[in-house]
Amino acid sequence: MAKGFEESIKELENIVNQLESGDVTLDESIKLFENGMKLSKSCQKILDTAEKKVSVLLVDENGEMQKQKFEVEE
Amino acid sequence: MEKIIATVSQLNNFVKRTFEANPVFSDIWIKGEISNYKKHYSGHHYLTLKDDAGVLKAVMFKSNAYSLKFLPSDGMKVMAHGRVSVYEPSGAYQLYIDEMIPDGVGDLYVAYEKLKKKLEEEGLFDPEHKKPLPEYPKTVGVVTASTGAAIRDIINVITRRYPYAEIVLYPAQVQGKGAAESICEGIGYFNAAQACDVLIVGRGGGSIEDLWAFNEEIVAYAIYNSEIPIISAVGHEIDFTIADFVADFRAPTPSAGAEIAVPSQEELFSHIKDLEYTLISLIKNSITNKRLRLKALKLLSPKEVIENNYMRLDILSKRLENRINIILKDKKEMFSMELVRLDAISPLKVMQRGFALPVNENGNIIKSVKVLDKTDEFELKLADGARKCSVIKGEK
Repeated sequence: MAKGFEESIKELENIVNQLESGDVTLDESIKLFENGMKLSKSCQKILDTAEKKVSVLLVDENGEMQKQKFEVEE
Repeated sequence: MEKIIATVSQLNNFVKRTFEANPVFSDIWIKGEISNYKKHYSGHHYLTLKDDAGVLKAVMFKSNAYSLKFLPSDGMKVMAHGRVSVYEPSGAYQLYIDEMIPDGVGDLYVAYEKLKKKLEEEGLFDPEHKKPLPEYPKTVGVVTASTGAAIRDIINVITRRYPYAEIVLYPAQVQGKGAAESICEGIGYFNAAQACDVLIVGRGGGSIEDLWAFNEEIVAYAIYNSEIPIISAVGHEIDFTIADFVADFRAPTPSAGAEIAVPSQEELFSHIKDLEYTLISLIKNSITNKRLRLKALKLLSPKEVIENNYMRLDILSKRLENRINIILKDKKEMFSMELVRLDAISPLKVMQRGFALPVNENGNIIKSVKVLDKTDEFELKLADGARKCSVIKGEK
């Protein structure tokens, strides 16, 4: 699976810090910038497409704990 | 003995002061059954406490009644805490209640306080032991009943705020016999399977007996020993169970627990957009800076650098020339002066005035007549030439 949300947003913050410190060459700046924009889009996508995932743990026939989809009863 | 004569008021006042002077009456618990219970429109509660052999008038003022966790009614067995004093206008003593609990649970309260003290001493409430909650949990575990408002509220809050996280419910028994063990099993499962990043343990509101499982020692230890951070979310805002003190974070309700467990995606979106804008403005600045520096460099192109250098060379050459000329002139002057001096003391000049130079055959100058006495011939040099001369001996 692609990078998780936490990893991506932390990397993005890191890139912004590096660019802010000003210690980078023009080439590096551009590379970092492109990477940063990619990460930003990816984070937004993760949040956008996230779907509700709720499951309940139940012991099955073999005595093992299994996840099953959970519906809240109204 | 002298008969004491006092007025009614004096006696009532004296009796009141006698009561108030006795510490037993200022901090006492009374067990009894409620009768004649009346809530006044003023907000104060008036009642009588009774047992088999007698009655006691009692009052609970509005400010104290506010914290009542149950609705008192006739026939209810209660434990009432307060002070006993005298209401002088009616000449009767009564109990001024500041706290009241249903009698059945009196034992429970005592047990609660005792366990709380013991666990605190054992260090289970230590702030240093509490773990921080993960910023972006991928999985949120929940130990609570599979029916009821608690799980419904938790699911609603998390799916609204942060649907990216998966919710896994361990359906536990949350009250009655076996509830404490069931809760421990839930916590144990998530820890053993490392099945979540943060755990919400709780239930909806209820009486102290309903919530009792969260006051049990085994649950306290299960929470303390959990490697996964635990948010306790038991009952309502005013309920504090032992689980709340041990947990890494206490939430007043299950919904609040869910809010604490996950970040808000709205806030995250804004934060990411901010980072984007910062990125763009940083790169723009960076490029602008580099352009300016480039411009500054262009002012001194190679052609211009060479031209500059030529000019410098020219200037230096001129200066060098000037310097040399000055030095030469100086030296010339000095030389001329020396020449003049030399000339002045030149023998030739002297000879032009008539002086002659006698010289012997070796070319040496004769300076003394004694030498002439010994010589026969010598040369005499004049300004314009020289002639041989002979010495005429004898006196001058």
